[in-house]
Amino acid sequence: MVRNLSFAYSFRDILKNVSFQTSQGEILAVLGPNGVGKTTLFRCILGFHRHYRGSILVQGREARTLNSRKLSSDVAYIPQSHGHAFNYSVLDMVLMGTTSSINPLSVPGKRQEETAYDALARIGAEHLAGCSFSHLSGGEQQLVLIARALAQKAKILLMDEPTSNLDYGNQTRILQQIRLLADYGYTVLLSSHNPQQALWYADNILAMEDGSVVAFGTPDDVMNSNLLKTLYGIDIALVHSDYGTLLAPQLFGDHDTSRGEKLHATMDR
Amino acid sequence: MKDHLAMGKKQLSDIATVTWNRRNHFYTPVVLAMLLLIGAIISLSLGRYGVPAIQVVRILLNRVIPLHKTWTDVMETVVVNIRLPRIVMACLVGCALSATGASYQAVFQNPMASPDILSASAGAAFGAALAILSGFSTFGITILAFLFSLLSVGLVIIVARFAPGLKVMNLILAGIMMGSLLSAGTSYIKLVADPSNQLPAITYWMMGSLAGAKSRDVVFIVIPLAIGLIPLILLRWQVTVLTIGDEEARTMGVNPHLLRTVVILSATLLTAASVSVSGMIGWVGLVIPHISRRIIGSKFQILLPVSMLNGALFLLIVDNVSRNLLQVEIPIGILTAFIGAPFFIYLIIKGEKVA
Repeated sequence: MVRNLSFAYSFRDILKNVSFQTSQGEILAVLGPNGVGKTTLFRCILGFHRHYRGSILVQGREARTLNSRKLSSDVAYIPQSHGHAFNYSVLDMVLMGTTSSINPLSVPGKRQEETAYDALARIGAEHLAGCSFSHLSGGEQQLVLIARALAQKAKILLMDEPTSNLDYGNQTRILQQIRLLADYGYTVLLSSHNPQQALWYADNILAMEDGSVVAFGTPDDVMNSNLLKTLYGIDIALVHSDYGTLLAPQLFGDHDTSRGEKLHATMDR
Repeated sequence: MKDHLAMGKKQLSDIATVTWNRRNHFYTPVVLAMLLLIGAIISLSLGRYGVPAIQVVRILLNRVIPLHKTWTDVMETVVVNIRLPRIVMACLVGCALSATGASYQAVFQNPMASPDILSASAGAAFGAALAILSGFSTFGITILAFLFSLLSVGLVIIVARFAPGLKVMNLILAGIMMGSLLSAGTSYIKLVADPSNQLPAITYWMMGSLAGAKSRDVVFIVIPLAIGLIPLILLRWQVTVLTIGDEEARTMGVNPHLLRTVVILSATLLTAASVSVSGMIGWVGLVIPHISRRIIGSKFQILLPVSMLNGALFLLIVDNVSRNLLQVEIPIGILTAFIGAPFFIYLIIKGEKVA
């Protein structure tokens, strides 16, 4: 899907030869520390940056050639939940997802409302329909934004750190919901700061460092202590258990004295 | 996601809210339109030369279906030739300013945006001052105010387009700069104007007034109003989606920059037309969309008509005060600030009610 993608802001290279592909029904987790270009990668796929080199094929079509209306019927974006200047009901929020399927000069009607209710029902949130969006908890808001993406009827969902502002219970619920959607046939790309989540829920992992791909493959193939050390600069042991592989960070300063310096080096960058 | 009891309660009350909202989307505009009609008839009967409301209705109806004449000729002249243009004008100006305010607030994603944020009013003031200095007729003043208003907003859009960075921020900054440049120009014109007649005329124009409104002025504002409103009405749902934020709107298939430019141009046409006939009337464009949002919610397709009706009603009432409170007419721009500012403070203290 993405081949040799490079992107630069004037003189700074943000993405260098990024290549990967996903197929239907897969969750691809993009891992990497802050500032490695995960967000830029997503913005390229969403058509915000059109002067990239290489190619991004969305359902076989080059992303930069599609206008926002066409692209939005293939790719839906699920942002982190955040405040808005104006408040809407949950139903109206989800209805906005249907925008690209109606005439730009009309308003959503009965059929779009049904689509919106269906989308809410699929993630088990139809009881929220009449609530006001800003009064929901962070987890509920994230669910509603997912429903909005479903109402958009795009098969590819891009999620920017979907669990970053949530408590542990809601993180898990949202990820379970995302897993269900992938099993249902949606392709999900999500960026994450939590390699444990990627291990549990993702089909593929794309690990990035400094704008390039350092590993791409199934969690079992690519996840190891070396990769985690490269990405985050800390020692993490992998513990295989009956419940899947668990990540166990090692206490600081156990046996490697140079770790402190490396940590600094990573943070400076 | 929370405990079930709390959820159940929320659910019940929310179902009620949804039905209530849907019914309201129909009834609120109808009720407001009826209030506006009643308000207009009462306004036509008020004034130094009192005309009973029933006669007002008969005089107006007589234009459509001939009735037995129960009124005097003076009554007819007062109602049709003097009061009617002014009252229609008050409604149109209130409607235009509120529509602009609602549109600007939506596309700038900021409830603090007002019609003069992009220097439309400052441009009109400069144009009017220039016309008064040059000794133009009242109609010339209106035309020049209109042109300068459009010109200044056009320049703001062009400046913002070529500047890098956030478009919304660029627009607002360019608007502030243009506004201050133009008011400096206006001040200079005041300095060189003849203090015995031109200077008072400029000052009085800037206070805003609907006095002396004629049928010609009504025609002058109706055409730009219609042209400007059509795109706003057609794009009503796109504008709603844009309020969520440029990037999210874009991922849902809206072109934010194009849409914002179209909306700003249309809305500016409305402000320019109303400012050029009425002078500076502040607060309406900021306060009325706020009140309307509390009544009906933020969806632009319903907020726009409700704001327009509320704006018309508000300015109609304020204009009655302006005409009838004292022997001498009070400039309406002063009154809207006297009424608007305290009301806005009340709204801020009362806090955000969520629709």
